Amino acid sequence: MSQPPSITLHVPEGTESDGQEPSPDSERALHTSFHQLILEQSSLIEAGLELEMKERDRESPACLAPPDACAAAWPEPGQGEQCPGYSSASLQILASMPSRTIGRSLGAIISQYCNRTARLRRRSSRPPLQQLCRAARPSLRQYDLDTDPARATLEDKWSLLVKELLSLSPYQRSQMLLTLPISLAEKRTLRRQVNRQRGLLRQHAQHWAPSSPCGWSIVYVGLGCRGLWYRLLSLLRTAQPWHYTLKQISGRFGSSVLSYFLFLKTLLMFNFFSFLILLAFVVALQAVYPPPSASPPPFTGLELLTGAGYFTHSLLYYGYYSNVTLNDPCTPGSKGSACPPAAPPFPYNMPLAYLFSVGVSFLVTCILLVYCVSCSFRESVGSSLGDLAAKVFCAWDFKVIQRRSVKLQCENFCTQLKELLAEQRSRSHSQSLCQRLRHCIVVLLAWTLALGSVLGCTLAVHHLSKHMHVVQQEQRAQGSGRWQQEAILLVLPLVVSLLNALMPHLYNLLAMWEKQDSPVTQVYVAICRNLILKMVVLSLLCFQWLSRSVVCSTEECWETCVGQDLYRFVVMDFIFTLLDTLFGELVWRLILEKRLRQRPEFDIARNVLELIYGQTLTWLGILFAPLLPAVQMLKLLLLFYIKKTSLMRNCQSPSKPWQASHMSTIFITLLCFPFFLGATIFLSYTIWSVQPSETCGPFRGLETIYKSGKSWVLVLQKSNPNITWFAWVHQHLVENTFLLFFTSGALLAVIYFYIQVVRGQQRVICLLREQIAKEGEDKIFLMQKLHSVYEQRERRA
Amino acid sequence: MGNKQTIFTQEQLDAYQDCTFFTRKEILRLFYRYRDLAPQLVPLDYTDKPAVTLPYELIASMPELKDNPFRQRIAEVFSEHGDGNMTLDNFLDMFSVLSEMAPRDLKAYYAFKIYDFNNDDYICKSDLEKTVNKLTRNELTPEEVSLVCEKVIYEADVDNDGKLSLEDFQHMIIRAPDFLSTFHIRI
Repeated sequence: MSQPPSITLHVPEGTESDGQEPSPDSERALHTSFHQLILEQSSLIEAGLELEMKERDRESPACLAPPDACAAAWPEPGQGEQCPGYSSASLQILASMPSRTIGRSLGAIISQYCNRTARLRRRSSRPPLQQLCRAARPSLRQYDLDTDPARATLEDKWSLLVKELLSLSPYQRSQMLLTLPISLAEKRTLRRQVNRQRGLLRQHAQHWAPSSPCGWSIVYVGLGCRGLWYRLLSLLRTAQPWHYTLKQISGRFGSSVLSYFLFLKTLLMFNFFSFLILLAFVVALQAVYPPPSASPPPFTGLELLTGAGYFTHSLLYYGYYSNVTLNDPCTPGSKGSACPPAAPPFPYNMPLAYLFSVGVSFLVTCILLVYCVSCSFRESVGSSLGDLAAKVFCAWDFKVIQRRSVKLQCENFCTQLKELLAEQRSRSHSQSLCQRLRHCIVVLLAWTLALGSVLGCTLAVHHLSKHMHVVQQEQRAQGSGRWQQEAILLVLPLVVSLLNALMPHLYNLLAMWEKQDSPVTQVYVAICRNLILKMVVLSLLCFQWLSRSVVCSTEECWETCVGQDLYRFVVMDFIFTLLDTLFGELVWRLILEKRLRQRPEFDIARNVLELIYGQTLTWLGILFAPLLPAVQMLKLLLLFYIKKTSLMRNCQSPSKPWQASHMSTIFITLLCFPFFLGATIFLSYTIWSVQPSETCGPFRGLETIYKSGKSWVLVLQKSNPNITWFAWVHQHLVENTFLLFFTSGALLAVIYFYIQVVRGQQRVICLLREQIAKEGEDKIFLMQKLHSVYEQRERRA
Repeated sequence: MGNKQTIFTQEQLDAYQDCTFFTRKEILRLFYRYRDLAPQLVPLDYTDKPAVTLPYELIASMPELKDNPFRQRIAEVFSEHGDGNMTLDNFLDMFSVLSEMAPRDLKAYYAFKIYDFNNDDYICKSDLEKTVNKLTRNELTPEEVSLVCEKVIYEADVDNDGKLSLEDFQHMIIRAPDFLSTFHIRI
């Protein structure tokens, strides 16, 4: 830390009457003492300024405005109190202030990054408050004053930066190099110097260390790893499908519509990982060792819709999987020959594999989801509601490259600015009591309607499923054809998908009628209502499946029945999305073009919620139909191309403002919290408390699915007395409810702690902002005093 | 795949990978995009570091920049001498900063330089007026433009000097989460 130059105050005697201390009110005395200091410093500054000007002229004569032009760049005197016609000397000093040269002078950038690397090197958990420094703002504590005659030259600063970079870890060094705001050529020079120094250091170190093959192999392994890492990175990036398609979409429609397609890609990734785990550990092995079963009925096309018939006893459903150890010739149900004394070559416990695969796929999905949520949350923290500055600088989407879309974006931007200005003007007129009351009543009415419709839909679904069950029993008693029986199965999914497709349009209309204050609130309210509908309907269906009071109550193999139901829901959801695209976009465009000569817009929120709903159905069904992620992947792939084609042909760019990163965070959080959490609760309840069926599946005959895991631990204990500790751990830690409460309590305490820390930091931010404002006022004060000093000098000269 | 390219030495490619946010394949793809602007000027062999500069008009004819209202400022900020003519290094630097991997502070620094039309390290009212006019294609009246600029300065100026300095700008960007996704050009 540099020390500020020492100031000795010379208070001239005789200006006040003897015996009286010069008080702060006697300004003249104090100012005379500063006068001396200012004289000294200003001569040094001018000398330094000439040097700086020579440097600047060497750097870039074309684009830099020389200080004399600064006077021209200032607004005319009298137009503001900020610059009341300073003299050229004061303006020269202003131009050489450290905060001004940051953006331009290489030396200033390098100094700043030297300090940053120095701080990184000796970093503790959080830097102390005294050294807190906003991004580029130099404070007196960290910089030598420009008046310091021993000021470092550019070369010295450069070598200091190289030295600081060498002292960092390789990862920090590469990150620092990437984030340095200097040109690429300079970065390459810096990198070359750092590498050269590092080579020298290594040579030095090797003089001392014994030259062993170990050391050399480590070096080569390190180099090889680096090459491998770059190759892996490039493979990951090139494995990104649809790069050009996404560029086309964002070029025409912008970031908002792009966020829907990126969300689709994310869901595809989740399904891919689940599918991979289930395929490797469950499906493939069962396919190699098929259980003995009756010959399946012939394949007709209807199975693709209903999932029954040919598919019932196939790898698709739970009922197909065996409950024995595969590849073990000693199974009780085997051909009856005697057990060979030798151990089986590779026994594979199917029930355990099934349980663990489903558990691990959920765990992997959970980790990936939490990672995605944290990534997007970190980027989207902050609110820019109605912030004009943020709109001017951040609302222009640089990804939009098509001429017509750019023109549209300009027009939208213009409209948004006008609306914001009008809004800020009308905010001064507050609404009268009558208007506010009316608005309240309208909002209440709209919410009552929405919640009432949700209730109505739920009751409708409930009664319909009961009715369908009765009809199904009748049909079975009458012995009617397979076609009719299977058509009946499709009615419930059809009605649920129909409701899910139509109700959001109703909610959109309601939101338009309500006339909320801002369009963002409109979107939020519509999403909220849509969400409530989907959550309530899904909860009802889950309850029906698990209680088996109505659906699948007469089946022997109820898990396969539930799996088939979920398969039907997934397929119906896909069909209705297609129909919605057809009617909502194609037909609507034809109508709108004839009437209003404009095209419909892509409703991002509704489409994303449909994707979330489809994904939840898949998660609910993984236990009952292990191949459901594959079906969902196929569905998402087809959906991508269909939506993209429809978008390009039928839709226009969005006209309303849409905060892309904010909304993406909301959507991925919604995917995580109500929906994934609900699916996990459903799965946990099924595993812990529901009795599996007696005649089919890998858990037949057990009390609950969880008991298979428990019995495995007991078998382990019996087979090898050395691992009783494992059984003990399982019994006392995993099954103990006290531990669960304790963990939840600890988690809540940690969350509370972090909330308090964030609050404290917000207070610190407020204090720092006040401090910055005060320092700005200080700066203006000092400039005015300096200016008055120069004026006096000029008058005297 | 494979290391069969003869445009750059391995050391040059490694340097580019370390100093930009691009991988090897993306760097080669960008080189071919650069070369497609003027195949007769740009050699296929960069191992001896030729000093080739493409004029601003060619850069501004790229489909990614052709209709961008700030294309001239972007080219000036990233060019060697501030005149818009770019070498391959400048070209890679520009798209690296505008890619989605660049961190917020780096983008904010360059965005500040782009919006600072008179290069005085402050975004003053005239800079803002030029920005707003470019964004709206001069559709707003001068009074409205002036009102918008005053409000922007009022909102974002923390140290009360009537202009936006780099730290004011960065402070404002932190409050705008959309900046990272909008200040991004896909190449």
